[in-house]
Amino acid sequence: MKKIYDVLIIGGGPAGLAAGIEAIKTGAKDILIIERDSVLGGILPQCIHNGFGSVIFKKDYPGPQYAQNFIDEVDKLGIEVLLDTMVLDITPDRRIFATNSIDGYLELEGKSIVLAMGCRERTRSQIRIPGTRAAGIFTAGTVQRFVNIEGYMPGNKFVILGSGDIGMIMARRLKLEGASVEKVIEIMPFLTGLRRNYVQCLQDFGIPLVLQHTIKRIIGKNRVEAVEIIKVDDNFNMINGTEEVIACDSLLLSVGLIPENELSKKASIAIDNITGGPYVDENMETNINGIFAAGNVVNIHDLVDYVTEAGYIAGRNAALHALHHQRRGLNRISIERGKNVNNVVPQFINLDLIEDKSFLLQLRVNKVFDKKVKVEITEDDGTIIATYRENYARPAEMIALKIKGDKLSHVVSKNCYKLKVNVTEI
Amino acid sequence: MNSVKDNKYFDIIIIGAGIVGAMIARILSKYKLNILIIEKEVDICMGASAANSAILHSGCDPKPGSLKAELNVKGNKYWKNIVNELQIPCKETGSFVIAIGEEELETIWHLYKRSIYNKVPKIKILRKDEILYKEPKLNPEVTGALWTPTTAVVDPFEATIAACENAINNGSKLLLSTQFKEFIIEKNKIVGIKTNNGDFYSRWVINSSGIYADEVMHKAGIRSDYKITPRRGEYLVFDESKVKLNTVLYPVPNKEIGKGTLISTTTHGNVMIGPNAEFIEDKASTETTKSGISEILKNAKRLLPSLNEKDVIAQYAGLRATSNLENGDFLIEISEDVQGLVNIGGIESPGFVSAPAIAEMIIELLKQAGEKFEEKENWNPVRKARPCFRKLSHLERAELIKKNPAYGRIVCRCEEVTEGEIVDAIHSPVPALTYDAVKRRTWLGTGRCQGCFDYPRVIEILARELNIAVRDVTKCGNNSNFIFRRTKDVEIIK
Amino acid sequence: MSDRTTNKYICIRCPRGCEIITTLDGWQIDKIEGNVCKLGLDYVKEEVNDPRRVVTSTVKVINGKHSLVPVWTTAGIPKDKIFDLMEMLREIKIEAPVDINTLVINNIFDLNIDVVTSGKVAKLV
Repeated sequence: MKKIYDVLIIGGGPAGLAAGIEAIKTGAKDILIIERDSVLGGILPQCIHNGFGSVIFKKDYPGPQYAQNFIDEVDKLGIEVLLDTMVLDITPDRRIFATNSIDGYLELEGKSIVLAMGCRERTRSQIRIPGTRAAGIFTAGTVQRFVNIEGYMPGNKFVILGSGDIGMIMARRLKLEGASVEKVIEIMPFLTGLRRNYVQCLQDFGIPLVLQHTIKRIIGKNRVEAVEIIKVDDNFNMINGTEEVIACDSLLLSVGLIPENELSKKASIAIDNITGGPYVDENMETNINGIFAAGNVVNIHDLVDYVTEAGYIAGRNAALHALHHQRRGLNRISIERGKNVNNVVPQFINLDLIEDKSFLLQLRVNKVFDKKVKVEITEDDGTIIATYRENYARPAEMIALKIKGDKLSHVVSKNCYKLKVNVTEI
Repeated sequence: MNSVKDNKYFDIIIIGAGIVGAMIARILSKYKLNILIIEKEVDICMGASAANSAILHSGCDPKPGSLKAELNVKGNKYWKNIVNELQIPCKETGSFVIAIGEEELETIWHLYKRSIYNKVPKIKILRKDEILYKEPKLNPEVTGALWTPTTAVVDPFEATIAACENAINNGSKLLLSTQFKEFIIEKNKIVGIKTNNGDFYSRWVINSSGIYADEVMHKAGIRSDYKITPRRGEYLVFDESKVKLNTVLYPVPNKEIGKGTLISTTTHGNVMIGPNAEFIEDKASTETTKSGISEILKNAKRLLPSLNEKDVIAQYAGLRATSNLENGDFLIEISEDVQGLVNIGGIESPGFVSAPAIAEMIIELLKQAGEKFEEKENWNPVRKARPCFRKLSHLERAELIKKNPAYGRIVCRCEEVTEGEIVDAIHSPVPALTYDAVKRRTWLGTGRCQGCFDYPRVIEILARELNIAVRDVTKCGNNSNFIFRRTKDVEIIK
Repeated sequence: MSDRTTNKYICIRCPRGCEIITTLDGWQIDKIEGNVCKLGLDYVKEEVNDPRRVVTSTVKVINGKHSLVPVWTTAGIPKDKIFDLMEMLREIKIEAPVDINTLVINNIFDLNIDVVTSGKVAKLV
């Protein structure tokens, strides 16, 4: 192991693997991927369902297989990997402190760093479900790990809170392994995951979905014995008198993901309150020079393919920074969310540098559009710079646009310092 | 542990290993006495000691002349030395009793006088600007406050476990999962107890069984009118990266709920709010309620308007042992109606801070009853703390991993708890036999992810170290198992 | 015209999830509406006559770093065979190391479809 690396990558999931591959292809020599688990792939090895790879491979792979494509490439390219290793601290001058039980306590330096720590699940406390602290309350990801990797069933009779994709996929998985799933409860008036998962995970197995309901109370002293569900109105207020007690031994929570940025904060990286991840520019560079970020650590993605693409961008630019001290732009302007848009990544572009490049603009809308929409990039005063069309737009699905740099740099007026992204029905 | 069960004869048996039981055991372990502590739960510190505000109150609040007032002020002083001997973290935060509006300012003056009477040291009344300088996020409508610098904060688990451990290291015996059933009484003298783990004999039995103290008394045929009704208090814990506080904040006290909803900071750095107060019948009911959570949030926001419920990372509830004594005071006595029994009842707030003073009082009572106390030559008041990885410097961490590579493997990401610390806790003098027991000793699973990542790993380590099946690992004993079966071993449930 | 029925389907072939209305005349598909692409057409044709699903699960591994390896069917199998396949998978044990794309069951239910691994498991050392 070396003391100084061209590119240090924190996290060996899809973003980190892609960053490593692209960094070496761009010419960086000493690259190290640091992974806290005992295998590479991040969350993918436990996502044994199919549905991965439609953008990158134009194929439909299970999670482990999608990951293996990149793990094999990392291996072939001879990229150094450190497994079972936890990074504890990052400094703004790009030193990191990490630990494992073989190499001991490590201090390493990166000419560039790529943050690819992924995300974590929201828990019971964050949604404040009252009741007992019995065993049997798990997040969907924890159950997925138990069932698919460790080989244990943490319950026989489940109620699932949240109709996100992970929750629905686990409903099917548990049913297939002989458990019963009593109900999937969703507080919103609509499904929050993909419709195809409703069909193949819930409908196929006769699992009822109850919209506009939530959990009022968890019952059970030692192990969960039941949950009390209740209907909510359009403002999410519980409607008294609509309570129903459902006997179960487990409550599975699928109530959202949060980018994991505790390390980023230690390195003084500025965090966008809306995405929960670092502010990045089109190179996926954070506000700290030479520290890049990609994947779910920046914003929660719906498709792993987009995580991989973001990893490529971060890896390429991290390598360029390490090799040539690639400068930052002199004309750095912000991109902000406009009408009907929930969040936008990147939040900045270097207008003077993007001329010959294309970049990835990711956004999510804040309501369902089942008809054709237009995505407009405008200047602050409303002048339209570029327009793109999408067949539909839903909050559950990210819109990813490849935008040609010259298209923007030539059109944007000299004194413009802020762009906006709007989505409207056509 | 087997050898403990083989020995059936002790000088003193303590029922219940909460903070009071642990402090008594520790102080008794100074003397040439054979001591047994029994605890009905799978771990110690499982009742009122576990879920309270963990504050070493200054003593400005209890009624002058009461045991509560006397033992609180004494206990606060004793703790300052004890935390050093037990090597547990203690945050000397000081506290404000906050007045909002002119009317509450009057109560502050009343409290000031009471504090002087109770001999609370170093108190002061501060003006608005002085208070806001110390706690800038406080409600700007604050009009004044009582400042008590002796208020401090400890971790209730660490304190109880360290005290009990120190007692064990000095020769006391602890039996977990051992429940008191009956007294063995001969000629109106208690000579022993029956438990689910067999009978044990002793000259004295100390009843420090918290909310069950009344039931234990009734089994001895005494104090049939004495009743303890659990009073539930709910708490919320905030993400330490989102909310910060320098001191402990009390609202002005109010008759119904005593000290009221306070805002504290834990030794781990999290801001914590609570409690409310609600009498309940079930002595095992520690569930949180929607109304309770809303109530404490509302109360706490009156002092700290910037609190955001989105930053809550944990919630819990505890039961206070509130007795029906008319004066509302602690009951600490050698029973007059039966020989050989010491009763400690109604130890609600300020019980935690009073515990060392209660222990001292018990010694005095026993001396008066003719018990001879002969000091051991080799009593060691110091309990050595085990390494806590996240609190070490880079250099210390490197050294520790060199000595034991298990300290290099991080199991809990948020709180940076290592496998080494978990294994240590499992094999410590008060062994951690469950997930929750490991959690309270190492603080793993208490951060933002609340155990999502560490569950599988900790369960695996517990099974390995305790040499039990994975499906037999529990969260907190009884039937709180995590795992039901192997994925592929299906008995289809239709 | 007596046997005309209409049914609503949600296509699962891509994330969009088109809502497709079919009109059946007896066993014959008479009309398909709502799909934006050919995938939807194929899906509904299959869903009406012979609904199929790709099954993903795990099988046991002996002496492996992990005790399970992920597997999947090489194509969709009839929906009513899913639980029969799960029963078969429960009985299977593979010795580590296990490579990706290892054949687990050949030609399940004579459908000309195999079950293969979708991940690797290293040998326990």
